[in-house]
Amino acid sequence: MDVWASLLDGFATAATPVNLLYALIGVLLGTAVGVLPGLGPAMTVALLLPVTYALEPTSAFIMFAGIYYGGMYGGSTTSILLNTPGESSSVVTAIEGNKMAKSGRAAQALATAAIGSFIAGTIGTVLLVVCAPIVVDFAVSLGSPSYLAIMVLALLAVTAVLGSSRLRGFSALGLGLALGLVGLDPVTGQSRLTFDIPLLADGLDVVVVAVAIFAVGEALWVAAHLRRTAAHIIPVGQPWMAKEDWKRSWKPWLRGTAYGFPFGALPAGGAEIPTFLSYVTEKRLSKHPEEFGHGAIEGVAGPEAANNASAAGTLVPMLSLGLPTNATAAVMLAAFTQYGIQPGPLLFDREPELVWALIASLFIGNALLLLINLPLAPAWARLLQIPRPYLYAGILFFATLGAYSVNLQAFDLAVLLILGLLGFGMRRYGLPVLPLIIGLILGPRAEEQLRKSLQLSSGDVSGLWSEPVAIIVYIIIAVILAWPLLQRMLPRQEKP
Amino acid sequence: MALLLGAVGAMILWDASQLDAPYSQSDPVGPKTVPYVVAALVLACAAWMVVDVLRGGHGDAESGEDVDLTHPTEWRVVVPLIAAFVANIFLIDLLGWVISGTILFWGSVWALGSRHYVRDFVISLVLSLLTFYGFYAGLGIFLPAGVLEGVL
Repeated sequence: MDVWASLLDGFATAATPVNLLYALIGVLLGTAVGVLPGLGPAMTVALLLPVTYALEPTSAFIMFAGIYYGGMYGGSTTSILLNTPGESSSVVTAIEGNKMAKSGRAAQALATAAIGSFIAGTIGTVLLVVCAPIVVDFAVSLGSPSYLAIMVLALLAVTAVLGSSRLRGFSALGLGLALGLVGLDPVTGQSRLTFDIPLLADGLDVVVVAVAIFAVGEALWVAAHLRRTAAHIIPVGQPWMAKEDWKRSWKPWLRGTAYGFPFGALPAGGAEIPTFLSYVTEKRLSKHPEEFGHGAIEGVAGPEAANNASAAGTLVPMLSLGLPTNATAAVMLAAFTQYGIQPGPLLFDREPELVWALIASLFIGNALLLLINLPLAPAWARLLQIPRPYLYAGILFFATLGAYSVNLQAFDLAVLLILGLLGFGMRRYGLPVLPLIIGLILGPRAEEQLRKSLQLSSGDVSGLWSEPVAIIVYIIIAVILAWPLLQRMLPRQEKP
Repeated sequence: MALLLGAVGAMILWDASQLDAPYSQSDPVGPKTVPYVVAALVLACAAWMVVDVLRGGHGDAESGEDVDLTHPTEWRVVVPLIAAFVANIFLIDLLGWVISGTILFWGSVWALGSRHYVRDFVISLVLSLLTFYGFYAGLGIFLPAGVLEGVL
């Protein structure tokens, strides 16, 4: 079917009053948690997963789409007003954004972030519509060996490129793969790593693991280091921009989008590299280079656009290949599996209604985001003043509730606590969380492809590189492993 | 951390060696291969970690909006939090969600430093009741009522 016709169908599904309501809830929730310290979009989707089991999958994903974009945007509000970026992707925004806020231009900073996010998100989603079917057509022709190679690439790339220590990334990946092993072996039905506990035979529930690592681990970690003095919040009025600001913002928006989308779509994308590249570019191209470091609007507009465009780009591999490249996509992918929907190239054939409704709701969510957030910015800023004990106790409370309601077993809560402590330890010793989650989700699927490939070649190892795509991908993997130069381009995270 | 990794690696290795894997034409990889690979990765990381730490490397603890890394880990907050969580695990099937959830939230808020006992208690109770009825009415999920069975 024609792509644009499918998209229109998607709009028809997504624009029913009920689904619009879910999109609205998603956007509001997403922004709220993006603004709130300690909560990210991945954690929110994980916490909401159990609750959405009662919903139609389509409605649930429409809500997730809203949360995804809302969370990306909400993070920028915090970094502009507090100078304490919650997600690594908004580190760059904080550099200029907070300076602008301090010099009384918080309103303009928030406005350029909001409008830039909208433009980048919209362009990014259009690109998603264009690219995803092409990738799908290509992906359908791939066999198990190529899949295996691409999955290995995604695993290694996420681990090796992101974060400051490869060793710690690989350690986290190993732990994630180990968690993925728990349960019955899918082919022979033997139990692995279950310690004769029958409740572990079905494997660890991805929801429970995600809630434990993201929510419980985070709450415990923050609790251990709770800031004793309240952070200073800069008051903000209605966001608006003068003509001059528009003139200085639109080019950075477009350039940021151009950086963000391709990086998001790559298996190792993420938002850190494109936001940083965008910042550097704007600094070089700016007619006002002297303003950089003192609150230049270009330094907010570009990176924010890059951030949102990469969020859209991330959905290309997720929807078309079933490959998650950031934490939120990983959790959303887990949600697909929970609904019994197999992510991957066949998704567009088997669940066209769901996919196109999801994509259409990305457009809707984006527009809602702009409409809601410009007038509501002062209200969001007030959210930052919630007493911290309630906030973190609330996270623990809802984490417990969510994990328990999946199976109504107290045993799941024990798993939740143990893995929460693991998440705490990982944060303490600088192990990144993302490789663990990606390893947990992709590990079992990579194993399945490995076995399929070798079944086809009847055990001949050369079956692993029997397809040209697989060979190319393995060469890329070798390059990534041998060339840590990319890492040096990443800005070192500085403590606020 | 290296110790933990080493322990996990050894565990996977041991578990994989316990598996009985008949060779078959249809599944040449068998259930053991991947656990061995993962175990090797984890053990290699453990060894590398030991070397790295001995050479003075250390992971950067994660920062965040509410995180102040200038203080050492505050165990006086974390331990009561975990205690509240453990209490919930044991009590949830016994006393029911409403009571155990109240204890969980109230205990967590207390551990995190709030000292408005009455206000905290009211909020905890309202949250637990709301979620109990919300899950029942909205989602059709029966959270355990426990000792309050019949009252709620």
